[in-house]
Amino acid sequence: MNIVVCVKQIPDPASPGALDASTHALKREGKLILDESDAYGVEMALQLVATAGAGEVNIVSMAPNGETSGMRTALAMGAAKGLLVSDPALAGSDALTTAKVLAAAITKLGGADLVIAATESSDGYTGTVPEQIAEVLGLPSVTFAKKVKIEGSVLKVDRQSESGYDEVECTLPAVISVTAGVVEPRYPSFKGIMDAKKKPLDVVTAGDLAVTPTGWAGAGQKIVNVTQAEARKAGEVIEDDGEAFGKIVAFLENLKLI
Amino acid sequence: MAINNIWVFAQGTGGVATTGTLELLTKARSLSSKVTAFVGGDASGFAASLGEHGATKIYATGDLAGKLPGVALSAAIKTIIDGGDSPDVIMFPQNYEGRDTMARLSVKLNRTLLTNNIDIADSGDGVIATTPVFGGNLLVATAFTGPGPHLVSFRPKSFVAEPASGGTPEIVAVTVPDLGTQGGARVVAVHTEQTTGPKLDEAAIVVSGGRGLGEAGNYSMIEDLAKLLKGAPGASRAIVDAGWVPYSYQVGQTGKVVKPSVYIAAGISGATQHMVGMKGSKNIIAINKDKEAPIFGIADLGIVGDVHKVLPKLIEALKSRS
Repeated sequence: MNIVVCVKQIPDPASPGALDASTHALKREGKLILDESDAYGVEMALQLVATAGAGEVNIVSMAPNGETSGMRTALAMGAAKGLLVSDPALAGSDALTTAKVLAAAITKLGGADLVIAATESSDGYTGTVPEQIAEVLGLPSVTFAKKVKIEGSVLKVDRQSESGYDEVECTLPAVISVTAGVVEPRYPSFKGIMDAKKKPLDVVTAGDLAVTPTGWAGAGQKIVNVTQAEARKAGEVIEDDGEAFGKIVAFLENLKLI
Repeated sequence: MAINNIWVFAQGTGGVATTGTLELLTKARSLSSKVTAFVGGDASGFAASLGEHGATKIYATGDLAGKLPGVALSAAIKTIIDGGDSPDVIMFPQNYEGRDTMARLSVKLNRTLLTNNIDIADSGDGVIATTPVFGGNLLVATAFTGPGPHLVSFRPKSFVAEPASGGTPEIVAVTVPDLGTQGGARVVAVHTEQTTGPKLDEAAIVVSGGRGLGEAGNYSMIEDLAKLLKGAPGASRAIVDAGWVPYSYQVGQTGKVVKPSVYIAAGISGATQHMVGMKGSKNIIAINKDKEAPIFGIADLGIVGDVHKVLPKLIEALKSRS
């Protein structure tokens, strides 16, 4: 059971985001970490390989600046090797280009029985790349996978839906995207962190994978304006002296809601 | 103008068009007189309502018989486009079906896509979609620079649904082509959560709880309060991830967008990804023991206090009224 997990390394969500003044793109300098959503994907992959009894988990990622620390985190959790596509020409790429690049990276690794990604990244939130990867690779896919089991060559998924969940069966190979919270990602052990330093992590360019065009030129979209949204102002803020609940009742009465 | 032929990815449940569909159609008809609704399923139950909101034509695939929508519907749409009916813009709802279909279609057509939008305009610069970033503080307008069809998806409640006076359009049946290996996924069972009371994204009053509640058992105060106010209970991502309540309760960037008359946030600090989902509420009441909590920046009535003290008293007061 060989699984490839697509991960993204993003600016630390704890620090405020900023847009580049000239391109209006999200600034990606500074520390980049493994997107928390991807930790779930890596964990699920490790569990599935363990259950299967054989196979390995490999990691692919795309970044404009050669960043690998987030991928090392995934290797420290137990993944076997990583492939990073890093190329300044990739800066400004849209989701479609990203999907083509990651699909090419997966193919370069020899493909997989299962490809796992998060449903959306925690900085861009586009939410389409996993499904686009599946289309580029010509594979079936199940997005919003909550619980995943592999029985023989059939993938069985509990898939989140608007009104609950659906049970879905899918042939392998396939692509799935996982929602946050489906498994508890393991903390890398000290040994894991040390081993990760020696695990193979190759870096290639978009040209190495024969993917063009890329970056701003290939994106088919251009940011034309960035404006401040109308801010919502705060109203009355009071300290509870034991009677504040009465203020809420009065507020609701005033609106004729009770 | 750049938009002459616009499609809306239309959906219905139980034979009724979704509010989201009617919202998109209302916007679409303001951009073009030629509006086509594409339905992945059976449209006969709500064709009239689609027409009333602006659709001048309907494509429908009929029941998908367990096939997952992303693969099936993108293939059906590609067939129509290859046959000669190619729109300038396709508007999708930002939900499971819409996003998956749009994603596969973007690869099939080799076209870029833009998600998470709250507006679309046909301007001198071409078709422009607007999306909020950084918790909604900044609005980014992006123009499509290549050829269409332009694929755009919209957050719920970006537009207001308004009927006009259109008649019922004809329904053109489309067949989902053979999907080959891509069609390897199918739904074998459907589980619907039993919920009572109004739907979270339609309720006039929403009572939401967050980590400040302390433990899962305390969420019952939120349920009680919601029931007393005939509203819906909601949750922050933190307590959904912690497993206190199901994902369907989640309000925020990766949950539901709500715009009730009143949103009560109890024990919620107001992370930007949460506020994005409820900032549009008409009135916001917040209860949190931290006076620096960001939620107080957008609350119309903020109570700095302990939810374990305020909520029980509030519930008691409301019970004694009824």
